Amino acid sequence: MSNPHAALAAIIEQHQATILRDWLQQQLATSTVRRDPARDNALRDQSAQFLSLFIQALKSPHSDNFNDSVWDEIRELLKSVSRARVQQGFTPTETATFVFSLKEQLFSLVLSSLDSDSDQRTPLLIQVSSLLDQLGLYTTEVYQQSREQIIGNQQQELLELSTPVVSLYDGILALPLIGTLDSERTQIVMENLLQGIVSTEASIAIIDITGVPTVDTLVAQHLLKTVAAARLMGAECIISGIRPQIAQTIVHLGVDLGGVATKATLADAFKLALKRRNLGIYANTK
Amino acid sequence: MERIPILKLGNSLLVTVQVELHDQLALTLQDDLTQAIAKHRARGVLIDISALDVVDSFIGRTLAHIASMARVLDAATVLVGMQPAVAITLVELGLTLPGIRTALNVDKGVALLQVLMNESGEPGSND
Repeated sequence: MSNPHAALAAIIEQHQATILRDWLQQQLATSTVRRDPARDNALRDQSAQFLSLFIQALKSPHSDNFNDSVWDEIRELLKSVSRARVQQGFTPTETATFVFSLKEQLFSLVLSSLDSDSDQRTPLLIQVSSLLDQLGLYTTEVYQQSREQIIGNQQQELLELSTPVVSLYDGILALPLIGTLDSERTQIVMENLLQGIVSTEASIAIIDITGVPTVDTLVAQHLLKTVAAARLMGAECIISGIRPQIAQTIVHLGVDLGGVATKATLADAFKLALKRRNLGIYANTK
Repeated sequence: MERIPILKLGNSLLVTVQVELHDQLALTLQDDLTQAIAKHRARGVLIDISALDVVDSFIGRTLAHIASMARVLDAATVLVGMQPAVAITLVELGLTLPGIRTALNVDKGVALLQVLMNESGEPGSND
């Protein structure tokens, strides 16, 4: 199949230097940011590279499929331009404009290269428009993806931050839970707790749910799973921090806590843990 | 035939699973262990699974069965050394193994076993 963009490629290549010069001039003129030589040079390089890669891609017979590998290099360039601009504080629109601004130059080029009655003009204009649209939209997509990656990373950090396992005394661990307990969090809580049991050789774990806003049947299930897992590793659990409302909810929902010891406060739970370990606290009478 | 060695430790038995526990091996262990409890009149069994990376539902059930059989023969069972990943998997599968006592490692397991044997046996049962 012959190259659908052959004519376009030829025209652009013929006038490559002129287009580049005019394009740069236009970009620098409309720039809203204070000019500085380093950024201008970067812009010059990026624009020159973009134009060359564009022409190169157009020359290939596979250029009509935007997912084809001929567009890979220009996509890589757009990715790095987009990332660099995000860091410099540009909005995604400003980054996309980098690509869209080339349209004006190419439109006037097509119009001036061909006679006004040539039936080649309209198809070429449409080609220019559709290709640059796709490339411009690609920069927005890249921006979106990097945002989502940042959010994902932050979510991960948040999950890890909010499930600490603290050692209260030899063989007694405390697990203060803050925030809702969904299945993903329960996985992390279980892993952290079991790791803690192994490393401190704990035999009692106090799970404090003062910071858990609501306890429904699902949350209760997650808690019981965690308790069961700890038991398999030889540690028994005490659930503390049960607020009066939570106690009411648990009874109303008919949740069966399966014989796990429960206490209202962490202090009471700690006292119970000491008793189970046959330990006590006494005052120094001196 | 491949067998898991059973060691006598005082009046309890010690089983350390060092190899991959496939189904047939687990059933053989079940047989061998019940025979050994009867032969040595053991009052306690300690099963160490710290070398097992994977415990599926069949093995989990078999271990629970071993504990029940031991109880019928008047011996207490303690399971030690379960790895965290294994514990999570079993719990996710819904196998909480309610009938078995557990401990973190062999040290604690032996201590627990002593307590259990003293509770249920003749006063002053020691080795």
